[in-house]
Amino acid sequence: MDQLIFFSLSALTLLSGLLTVFSRKSMYSVLSLIFCLFTVAGHYILLNAHFLAITHIIVYAGAIMVLFLFVVMLLNLNTTSDKSKAFYFRAAAVSGAGMLFLVLIASLKSTTLGAYYAPTDTGMGVVEHVGKRLFTDYLLPFEISSILFLSAMIGSVLLAKKEKK
Amino acid sequence: MDWTLLIDKSILVLVVFAISLGVAAYATYGERKIAAVIQDRIGPNRAGPFGLLQPLADGVKFFLKEDITPTGADKFLFVLGPALFIITALMTSAVIPWGHSFFIDGREFSLQVADLNVGILYILAVVSVGGYGIMIGGWASNNKFALMGAIRAASQMISYEVPLGMALVAIMLYSNSLSLRDIVDMQQGFRWNVFYQPLGFLLFLICTFAECNRAPFDLPESESELIGGYHTEYSSMKLGFFLFAEYINMFISSALIACLYFGGYHFPGLDSLGLHPNLLAVISILVLFAKILFFIFLFMWVRWTVPRFRYDQLMNVGWKVLIPLSIVNVLITGAWLTFVK
Amino acid sequence: MKLTNRSKVVVDKELTWVEKLYLPAIVKGMMITFRHIFKKKATVRYPEQTRPVAPVYRGVHVLKRDEQGRENCTACGLCAVACPAEAITMDAAERQKGEEHLYREEKYAARYEINMLRCIFCGLCEEACPKDAIYLTDRILPSNYARGTFIYGKDILVEGITPDQRVDVSKRKKSYEMNT
Repeated sequence: MDQLIFFSLSALTLLSGLLTVFSRKSMYSVLSLIFCLFTVAGHYILLNAHFLAITHIIVYAGAIMVLFLFVVMLLNLNTTSDKSKAFYFRAAAVSGAGMLFLVLIASLKSTTLGAYYAPTDTGMGVVEHVGKRLFTDYLLPFEISSILFLSAMIGSVLLAKKEKK
Repeated sequence: MDWTLLIDKSILVLVVFAISLGVAAYATYGERKIAAVIQDRIGPNRAGPFGLLQPLADGVKFFLKEDITPTGADKFLFVLGPALFIITALMTSAVIPWGHSFFIDGREFSLQVADLNVGILYILAVVSVGGYGIMIGGWASNNKFALMGAIRAASQMISYEVPLGMALVAIMLYSNSLSLRDIVDMQQGFRWNVFYQPLGFLLFLICTFAECNRAPFDLPESESELIGGYHTEYSSMKLGFFLFAEYINMFISSALIACLYFGGYHFPGLDSLGLHPNLLAVISILVLFAKILFFIFLFMWVRWTVPRFRYDQLMNVGWKVLIPLSIVNVLITGAWLTFVK
Repeated sequence: MKLTNRSKVVVDKELTWVEKLYLPAIVKGMMITFRHIFKKKATVRYPEQTRPVAPVYRGVHVLKRDEQGRENCTACGLCAVACPAEAITMDAAERQKGEEHLYREEKYAARYEINMLRCIFCGLCEEACPKDAIYLTDRILPSNYARGTFIYGKDILVEGITPDQRVDVSKRKKSYEMNT
């Protein structure tokens, strides 16, 4: 049963990911990306990481993708409008994606592909454990990232403020 | 796989869906009736006794209307919009505990579809996804008014999600759990959260009004400036879905307010009477529904009293008043928990 | 000039802190709407209840018959001439032998039509009529879906013969007419 769910979820993830890249309308791209994020959340649930799954949906599907959708809706991008791209722009995109691909291959090579095994519920993904680990073992990185967020917030507020003359 | 559990839950899901749809249908009747009595009128009274068959007549009317898809619309997304909206509206009901458990043949029959240990976060997640239905529907209509309505809805939802979440954080801190059942059971007796979190309650209430697109925050569908907002181009049952989902949202939000701040299915003194568990379960459901109905009435009462906000006022209230207040509320709660309790 | 005691002088003053919260004002407003729930409703449930009409109310016309059930109208055309909206048309015909129980005078209206969409219910036809034939009643003109249905012919306008089908117009009769 778990295996069946896993494989269908994975198929959906890959399919929606491919749709994101290949669909001709930018609106459909964004929507399939949202769907992709949901299926990833499904994977987290399969791994018994409920907290991570829900946070993933809130942050990515709920907040960030809404802004993506916003931009796409307002710009009204068509298939006709993005025909002409400079050569160096394409070259940069291709080389960037190629390098990312290399990194992925390298990391895949170092892993040993074992048989599928159903994850056991060790309680690792439960909120209590995540919280405890964050505030004991990983306190410093947690606080540093919070400072990063704070500075980003202050920066955006400053940018949004009208300049006084 | 435990088949009996699966059957139990399926029955519960069906019953909860049926009840939310029924309550939503009669909320439309209630809305018209309350609007009428507040304006010194009578309201629907022709279909059946006291007009009680009015929702049925409305539903039949929606089905019989011509279903128009505008020429420039994106056919697939035009259908997806209302479907998504009503699905997300119904999904929240999964984590709400509707009452004490029934005991049949010594087997416990829980009245909560899923007791997630991240129940509150689940609600936030569904709420944050809820805007997509409106956005997709508004964009797919290929109409400027619909697009404006969709953008307003999305920006309003994002803005008011933040103080909503912060109000929930205070509740989580106070009750030490993310599960709705734990939170409800914490409030047994008369220890309702509203007495400990008055500011949080007010913030939550205002934010639910905004999240449900209800007056005074109904800018996305303001008739006077945007025709009908995101559902300008919709007709027939698709429009019906949009309107219906608003009432389902209202019902679920009322249930949430009742669960989070007003003790859910608990009523002071009721649990200590020593009643038969099944009888207690029935009474607890009735208690919860009485609370829910009161809040639905409050929603309507406010709608027919308070005029609509202007857009810049809406954003000012959201970002400059509610968010700072919600942060202060979290800080106060934290300080109180560390130093006093 | 002061018409009511409820007038309020508008001042553009700075709001106090409590007023800036707006919540007291909202609660006050909600109490007002709550009180309205229990107020007497202004609705008149029309077909079952009707509003009292003034005795001089001018509604849909009626063509009267006399005591023996004969039509009063003699198709003189004075009402059509008097009508400022030109809503009345008629064709006259001569009474034949054997029709004495139907028409009072020797000439009668074979066709008598009032276009209710043109009619302004001024009552000048009633003033002009020398034969007590046309009266305006307290009946309300019903609405309809088609324009053609608003041209009322004799089938609608003439009152019935039996006593219970008669339309009471005694309120419309002038005092000098009552005596004759």
